[in-house]
Amino acid sequence: MAKIVVDPITRIEGHLRIEAEVSGGRITDAWSAATMFRGIEKILTGRDPRDAWFWTQRFCGVCTTVHSIASVRAVENALKIRIPPNAELIRNIIIGIQNVQDHVIHFYHLHALDWVDITSGLNADPAKTAALAASISDWPHNSPTYFKGVQDKVKAFVASGRLGPFANAYWGHPAYKLPPEANLMATAHYLEALEWQKDVIKIHAILGSKNPHPQTFLVGGMAIPVDPDSQNALNADKLIEIKRLLKRAQEFVEKVYIPDLLAVASFYKEWAGIGAGVGNYLSYGEFPDASGNMWLPAGAIINKDISKVMPADQDKIAEFVDHSWYDNSKGAGKGLHPWDGESEVHYTGPNPPYEHLDTDKKYSFCKTPRYGEKPMEVGPLARVLVAYAAGHKETKAAVDMVLQKLGVGAGALFSTLGRTAARGIDCLLIAQQTPKYLDELIGNISKGDYRTHNNEKWDPSDWPKEALGYGWHEAPRGALGHWIRIKDQKIANYQAVVPSTWNSSPRDARGVRGPYESALVGTPVADQNKPLEILRTIHSFDPCMACAVHLVDSTGSELLKIKVT
Amino acid sequence: MAKLDTGKISNVSKQGVENRDCSIGEILRQRGVSRRDFMKFCSVMTAAMSLPATFAPKVAQALDKVKRPTLVWLELQSCTGDTEALLRSANPTVGEIVLEILSVDYHETIMAAAGHQAEAALDKVIVEEKGKYICVVEGSVSMKNGGIYASTGGKSHLDRVRQVCGGALATIAVGTCASYGGIGAAAPNPTGAAGVREAVPGATIINLPGCPVNADNLTATIVHYLVFSKLPALDSYGRPLFAYGKRIHDNCERRPHFDAGQYVEQWGDDRHRRGFCLYKMGCKGPATFHNCPTQRYNEKTSWPIGAGHPCAGCSEPNFWDTMSPMYKRLPNVPGFGIEATADKVGVALVAGAAAAFAVHGTLNAIRKDKEPSDKGKEE
Repeated sequence: MAKIVVDPITRIEGHLRIEAEVSGGRITDAWSAATMFRGIEKILTGRDPRDAWFWTQRFCGVCTTVHSIASVRAVENALKIRIPPNAELIRNIIIGIQNVQDHVIHFYHLHALDWVDITSGLNADPAKTAALAASISDWPHNSPTYFKGVQDKVKAFVASGRLGPFANAYWGHPAYKLPPEANLMATAHYLEALEWQKDVIKIHAILGSKNPHPQTFLVGGMAIPVDPDSQNALNADKLIEIKRLLKRAQEFVEKVYIPDLLAVASFYKEWAGIGAGVGNYLSYGEFPDASGNMWLPAGAIINKDISKVMPADQDKIAEFVDHSWYDNSKGAGKGLHPWDGESEVHYTGPNPPYEHLDTDKKYSFCKTPRYGEKPMEVGPLARVLVAYAAGHKETKAAVDMVLQKLGVGAGALFSTLGRTAARGIDCLLIAQQTPKYLDELIGNISKGDYRTHNNEKWDPSDWPKEALGYGWHEAPRGALGHWIRIKDQKIANYQAVVPSTWNSSPRDARGVRGPYESALVGTPVADQNKPLEILRTIHSFDPCMACAVHLVDSTGSELLKIKVT
Repeated sequence: MAKLDTGKISNVSKQGVENRDCSIGEILRQRGVSRRDFMKFCSVMTAAMSLPATFAPKVAQALDKVKRPTLVWLELQSCTGDTEALLRSANPTVGEIVLEILSVDYHETIMAAAGHQAEAALDKVIVEEKGKYICVVEGSVSMKNGGIYASTGGKSHLDRVRQVCGGALATIAVGTCASYGGIGAAAPNPTGAAGVREAVPGATIINLPGCPVNADNLTATIVHYLVFSKLPALDSYGRPLFAYGKRIHDNCERRPHFDAGQYVEQWGDDRHRRGFCLYKMGCKGPATFHNCPTQRYNEKTSWPIGAGHPCAGCSEPNFWDTMSPMYKRLPNVPGFGIEATADKVGVALVAGAAAAFAVHGTLNAIRKDKEPSDKGKEE
């Protein structure tokens, strides 16, 4: 049996390697390996908990806000800090545009080339392309001149003989199904989305000073002051600019991303039967209102049963290291709750350079989180499924619209195509919801409420001697949790269980595959030398490997377990 | 010339033989970029390089002559934040950089090829463009235990970076991790993370620290080379003077408040809303060399101090240890003159702390130091 290796998996964040066995044109087994380790959590020990958001933000520069959010929530949870409504609204706007921008970049710049053959677009008729585009959207740019311009640009690029990042790809692969006009349309929007993403994310610069790595988060609120009578604070001028950018974001999602997604998906419906994965889904809920209620619900779905949604319970989370390059003093096969984490990196893989990993033993720097011992998929699909199953009105309408337009049933969601479609649905819902938070913020300011920070517990001398907390966040890639133990005003233990840790995890002690591995089994591979289909399924998860790999502190003794709500 | 798997575009490629050696200026014109826009780009680059505006025509003239240089981008122990910064680049945009100005032959986050086809693209550059390509490195190099903590394609990053940077015309280390080891190198540095200069001794390396790098400084560095055919002048930390020659404190829009003794005392207070100095909230601007106050971020939209949060000192070597805790004010910042240099300020403010932080065990002891007095210097 042939074992194929794809390393690096490109068009993702970070370093991921896939090894897969192929038989009869289909994958029969697969292994997912994270190949880079930094150990930031270990570095956090002994530092000021108020700094943790700034450090953990550097887990990832793609999902550049998510660890800051989870971190300040964890510390606020531990110290029982309520943040002012304006700070919550500013965070919601930051979270909203992060999701929207990230999903669009994923679709066009990380995932599209799995479905779109740019070279085929060179043979397209620009007029027919414009007609195709007009049939699915009234986006004003879609003229024959526009598509001709893009085609000429790409032709000139190809003519230069230097294809740069587009060289050596799987162009012409038989699994590419789009007609030339659809390929040209998608290529044009690939370029247009590049422009769009740098514009709309200026919202982070206005509210957070810059992007990537915005810098106005604070334990207790936000450092961006609000004052309509100051030029150094959030004033009418800046609020109206955010409003304009949110509108631009929403329009692009409604008129370009969603129509393109549906058009491309309609040519690849067989992928609604490929890549299902583990069938268990977890979501932590997101977008709190002033009283802490979540707009998108938290919950767990087991074994694809969307007739019931279980509550998401942090007590059920444990991490295993039986196939990960870490030691576990509790012994093989034992999972540890994040507050009890005590593992230590111990690489036992082959010395580089190597051809294959020893996948019977330990084979990844990623750990194996389990929920009630079950592997869980997290991400837009989990978020959408949990909301759909919980009867969330807006989600239900958006999902039904997409299913109806594609002419498929809800069962199609459990697939590679479903995962990619769910990301679009998630993006649409959040693009439409985020402006409401801005309106609410403007309303508060109009009433004279300028508070953005709760100072009561800023001074560490007001803290208890010891405190435990956790912060949950629905990042673009799904359920993210940070757990913290504070002792004597310092970080005693810090642990993050990250979306891509859930999804890219290696097998657990019982040999049960992680979500990537499970989704790859059964995936067809037409040409083993050009495994385009592996990229499709892996990219549908939107891997983020710098996030996924981390190390807990090894110095903590058995922790006192306090329930914090 | 790169080969495609499909014959569909062979005719176009054939026509392209004559075009292959076109200058950047020529290529931009062929792509429909107007002379006016080209000159605008040149002016922006001229400003970013801290050159007088009269240099813009010279920049244009030089770009009219240079060919698209090959660039490879290695991601090591990184968070991809510097790549994201590149995606936010406006002058030029990432689209222009990739399609028109450079030939970006290897970049894992954006490239279409994967697996061994991707690796082949890198190998081709190393062999065929030896001594001629520019290498950009993002992320630290894990040096410990022979580099086992980071690998791609089955090869350790340590070996890769030595091979690729060793054969490059020059290497640009983007971000603080690639420059000095960054967050991975913070105590206790679990993986032996180091900057490229340390990992590849002898290579020609320019450091562009910042967390992440300001993409304007990256494009300005490349254009500087294309225009002047030489690398920019560097300070003792390997940073171009055009971007890191001045202290944040000396260019800060809030400096008058510092001089007048007007400080923010509490988040969201009246002084915070009015844009007073953030020194007492922990600002590291007095010890940090970077052009943030003038260049700003996201097409000059804002920057940390401008948005109300202290500077974290992210462009300084080892700032993760020497400049933290983030909200603790720097001790005894005297009124440095504008002639302060990175070397002098470094010695005055952070060198003592750096030596102490080198031993992880002393971290907490240092942090328990008494804060300098709050009182006395109010508005």
